[in-house]
Amino acid sequence: MLNLVALILLFPLIGTAINGLIGKRLRKETVGYVACGAVALSFLISILVFIGLLLLPPDARLFEKQLFTWIESGSFKSAAGLQVDPLSSLMILIVTGVGFLIHIYSIGYMHHDKGYHRYFCYLNLFTFSMLLLVLSNNFLLMFIGWEAVGLCSYLLIGFWFEKKSASNAAKKAFVVNRIGDFGFALAIMLIFLTFHSIDFTEVFSAASKGNFAVGSFSVTIITLLLFMGATGKSAQIPLYTWLPDALEGPTPVSALIHAATMVTAGVYMIARCNVLYMLSPFTMTVVASVGAVTALFAASIGLVQNDIKRVLAYSTISQLGYMFVACGVGAFTAGIFHLMTHAFFKALLFLGSGSVIHAMSGEQDMRKMGGLRHHIPTTYKTFLVGTVAIAGIPPFAGFFSKDEILLESLVRGNFFYWAIGALAAFFTAFYMFRLLFMTFHGKSRVDHHAAEHLHESPKNMTLPLTVLAGLSVVGGFLGIPGASAISNFLAPVFGEHGHTEISGAEAGGHHSAYLPYLMMVVSTAIAIAGIYLAYQMYIKKPEIPKKLAERFHLIYKLLLNKYYVDEIYDALFVNPIKKGSVQLWKQVDVRMIDGSVNGIARLVGRFGNALRYLQTGYVRNYAFYIVVGCICILVFAVLGR
Amino acid sequence: MEAYLFYIVATIAVITGVYLIFERNPVFSALFLIQTMVCIAVLYILLEAQFIAAVQIIVYAGAIMVLFLFVIMLLNLNIKEESKNALPFQRIPAVVMGIVLFAAICMIIKSKLLQGKHGEYTTAYVNSVGNTKLIGNLLFTDYLLPFEITSILLFVAAIGAIMLAKRKL
Amino acid sequence: MITITHYLVLSAILFTLGVVGVLVRRNAIIIFMCIELMLNAVNLSFVAFAHYLNSMQGQLFVFFTMTVAAAEAAVGLAIIVAVFRNKETVNIDDINIMKW
Repeated sequence: MLNLVALILLFPLIGTAINGLIGKRLRKETVGYVACGAVALSFLISILVFIGLLLLPPDARLFEKQLFTWIESGSFKSAAGLQVDPLSSLMILIVTGVGFLIHIYSIGYMHHDKGYHRYFCYLNLFTFSMLLLVLSNNFLLMFIGWEAVGLCSYLLIGFWFEKKSASNAAKKAFVVNRIGDFGFALAIMLIFLTFHSIDFTEVFSAASKGNFAVGSFSVTIITLLLFMGATGKSAQIPLYTWLPDALEGPTPVSALIHAATMVTAGVYMIARCNVLYMLSPFTMTVVASVGAVTALFAASIGLVQNDIKRVLAYSTISQLGYMFVACGVGAFTAGIFHLMTHAFFKALLFLGSGSVIHAMSGEQDMRKMGGLRHHIPTTYKTFLVGTVAIAGIPPFAGFFSKDEILLESLVRGNFFYWAIGALAAFFTAFYMFRLLFMTFHGKSRVDHHAAEHLHESPKNMTLPLTVLAGLSVVGGFLGIPGASAISNFLAPVFGEHGHTEISGAEAGGHHSAYLPYLMMVVSTAIAIAGIYLAYQMYIKKPEIPKKLAERFHLIYKLLLNKYYVDEIYDALFVNPIKKGSVQLWKQVDVRMIDGSVNGIARLVGRFGNALRYLQTGYVRNYAFYIVVGCICILVFAVLGR
Repeated sequence: MEAYLFYIVATIAVITGVYLIFERNPVFSALFLIQTMVCIAVLYILLEAQFIAAVQIIVYAGAIMVLFLFVIMLLNLNIKEESKNALPFQRIPAVVMGIVLFAAICMIIKSKLLQGKHGEYTTAYVNSVGNTKLIGNLLFTDYLLPFEITSILLFVAAIGAIMLAKRKL
Repeated sequence: MITITHYLVLSAILFTLGVVGVLVRRNAIIIFMCIELMLNAVNLSFVAFAHYLNSMQGQLFVFFTMTVAAAEAAVGLAIIVAVFRNKETVNIDDINIMKW
């Protein structure tokens, strides 16, 4: 069954080809069927591969399939090969599973769009790229997938490219991602220089054999560069600014790419390279710190945003921050676990928000919503599940994963990680319920025009919501503390360091046995406190937020404007580079390059101008030249012998 | 005997050639050229190429030069026509170049660059068969294709001449 | 004794005369006649080589040269006639628009 793995990649590629090449001539239904069918087949085969992997003994759960030798140059060798191990099999299930639901959802959501086939072409291409990213068995092929998802992200953010803001957002995402990718590319080169290979298996076995001391310089640099790539793709400080703008794309795209799958590529990559990261405590500290700061930073911005998708975007950044904290303290299992549950509930929330926007005829401002729960009940129910899940109320998915991260950050990290994480969790619960209350509860602030068109979304949109809601409920049980299926499953990849066993006495010598349970209570209490506060502020006394905003005017303004980071970046980097580029264009390009080209042309012209007077038009003149030429040839024939 | 004949004929040919290029009247030029050609025909006979000598007289001196004379008279040219001289400064360099060219050719002749393979058509053999018969044999056996192509060339030239010279078709 | 060199030198003299004629004369017909003189000079060297090398090929080549000369004369004179009709002149210095 594992041999089928190449087919997982093949089907979305075929779907892309069909919709991209002849999609314009196909009927809309056909386009939808082709795209969904491709991902569905991919999903089925992913399940088969997953089962095939489960049938193997845990230690032998690593399957590599070499497709062909891709590049061979000197000692450098890169094969196009696929790798199935617990980590990648989990990822392909998430990508194809969530991707499939979002494809179905898109059929309804994008129904009236004239770029229907283009949309599905991109979406399938994205699925292919993401699968390539997670299935590749070497860094270079992973980089290809990495770049390809960036490209698809660019294409889909700028899907409505007639809108200036959309094309700007697409450009921004592309450029910001490039900065991270630069680091990734450098890291790959350095890996080759250090390990003389870019194959995962070879690099990691070389690293784990102890040839490199813990904290060795080259490994530290490699991991830092890899992390630079991860910050770009996974929207961490300082490269997170593209993600909120990425919502200019269609909402299902936001759900698939900018919440559930692509942005987790950075987390996946760090988890994949866990052997390297374990060798570099310094990088781990950097990763955890950046993750923690990002989690809090983004959550605080999310507190005051009024655009429903923007809140979700900042919550995504914040949740990604959690995953990095988990990776940074060495709890890779917790990070991947949160990645999975987050994929479920964040996809659900984004799709739900898409359903709300669909119902509101395109309105995204929460201040113009309210009381929608009676109009769109299915969306409301599923959205509620998602909100509870992200807020971290047991027994929903988010509780287990977030709790595990907080616990790990305390046990393996230090108190600060935990404190920041807990504060961010409080913020998360608050802003998510703020969103819920503002949108679905309270008095309706919908204007009349939109109110007339209020309607529940069609079946093919609500069905994915329901399925995702179900997953958000049960997803967490994969990682119940003490009997964690997921940590057992991932153990071969992460080794003994991936997960802290919290069955009583094993939970670290100096931590008491009841700590995990205490933590559960604490984090639940934090979540409930956040919810209660939101309830008080937005249901009971709706006037409080305004007063607070007036009282803490400066802070409010700062948060509302996202700490002015975009403006700072503009002033620090964008504008100087723009100005420099203009100078380069005017000085170097126009003057030097164009000037030299034109100068040569002018020189040739001058010569021609001078020489043309040899063409007198008098035949006898030409005859004279011929005679001179003949004499030269004759003389040459005699003397040149 | 032969040597005297050669020198006499060669002298006449050169003198008429000089007259050809310095004579102002085109009709006289044509007549001088005919004289040169007759001299060359005599040289052909000295070289035992009787058929070529005959053709020289008939085709060159007879047909082609008459054509020239025809055109001269048709255009009714007089001496004044050659009035405009756009390149007066080219006259002396042209003569100098002519001398240099002659010197260069003489160098070639002297340098023994021109070596050939001796064939089997000795004078005795040619005389026993007959010059004309030999040429005819060769033309219709070994040189049949060039010969036929020549006919096409003449045909095309005739059509071209008619096309160019006719006022209206 | 007359050797091949005599004939070749005579041929060279006639050829050079033809060249000088082409270079100094302006009457198109006379230039044409000078070209014929050059052809004749070359023919002479052909026949001389043929004679002294006991070969027939030189004579055959002269035969072909004459044919080409005849064709050339026909076309060339037709061109001169056509030009004369248009420009009322056969002075080639008047016909110099093919320049710059």
